[in-house]
Amino acid sequence: MARSTGGSQIAYDFNVLGEVKSDAELAHDLLTGNEEAFTQFVNAFHARLSHYSFLMCGQREDAEEVAQETLIKVFESIDELRDPGRLKAWVFRIAKNECLMKRRKSAFAPKTELSLDELRPRADGEGHMAGIEIADWDSLPDNLLLDSELQSALMTSIQQLPETYRSVVLLRDVEGLSTNETAEVLELTPDTVKTRLHRGRLALRQYMDLYLRNTRGGRRV
Amino acid sequence: MNENECARVFALLSEYLDQELPAVTCDELEQHLGDCPQCVQFVRSLRRSIELCRQYGGSRSLTQLNPNVMDGLRKAYAEMLSKRRRSQEDPSGTRDAGR
Repeated sequence: MARSTGGSQIAYDFNVLGEVKSDAELAHDLLTGNEEAFTQFVNAFHARLSHYSFLMCGQREDAEEVAQETLIKVFESIDELRDPGRLKAWVFRIAKNECLMKRRKSAFAPKTELSLDELRPRADGEGHMAGIEIADWDSLPDNLLLDSELQSALMTSIQQLPETYRSVVLLRDVEGLSTNETAEVLELTPDTVKTRLHRGRLALRQYMDLYLRNTRGGRRV
Repeated sequence: MNENECARVFALLSEYLDQELPAVTCDELEQHLGDCPQCVQFVRSLRRSIELCRQYGGSRSLTQLNPNVMDGLRKAYAEMLSKRRRSQEDPSGTRDAGR
């Protein structure tokens, strides 16, 4: 028996008047012509979609276009959304397709597979001397916002991930979608999402570990 | 440190951190962690890396759109609401069909 469903319970925190809404509430407000919901949705999702698209497409100009095109499509067809509880997954699926359209106009990136074996740190030395070199992760600030260099390194590391893994890490860990929502957006099975998420996370940790060891030093454990 | 056991644990770490492992497997994994400082450090670094992604996702500030773009969105929204109102008032679409 699983200890937790792992489902996303993330609601929208618009940072405006401290209001927090679920997918279903937000979809309801939009469909009933609530002007305030419209403005809040646009402001909050424009930022999320621009960011997601930038990390997927790699170009600021493309990202802005993708975000705007996605929002237009959302408002043109939100009345066709069958399950209001899946608003977020529906919006990101439109954004993903817009990103794919953009990418078709540019060069195709080769597919890269990450194997667990290459992501596992190897112990060097023998017997009691065996150990792994690892960055001092405990020394990082609690709040990422306090360290702009760290934030920038994280963004670069996310962009370095092969696309197959980046798309999953972005939706699951950055955007906070559940496994099932991510599977719906990317048209994958939940098991494939879990496999890619694990490898993507390990690769991201590896890139960040290398950055941290180079900038802050490491230690042997 | 047991290489085979470390490799098995390594493959399960995301599910462990997402609390998606069956209780029995979770207990076995934690038992291994109790004896393996390398795996403990690795788990801490992976957890921190995931936390950074979540903080990063939550750190975006609201953005203001160009007024022209906002007008385009408002127009698309108004048209959708109007279409929706028409279909609610006349679900079979007979009023339009006769025109």
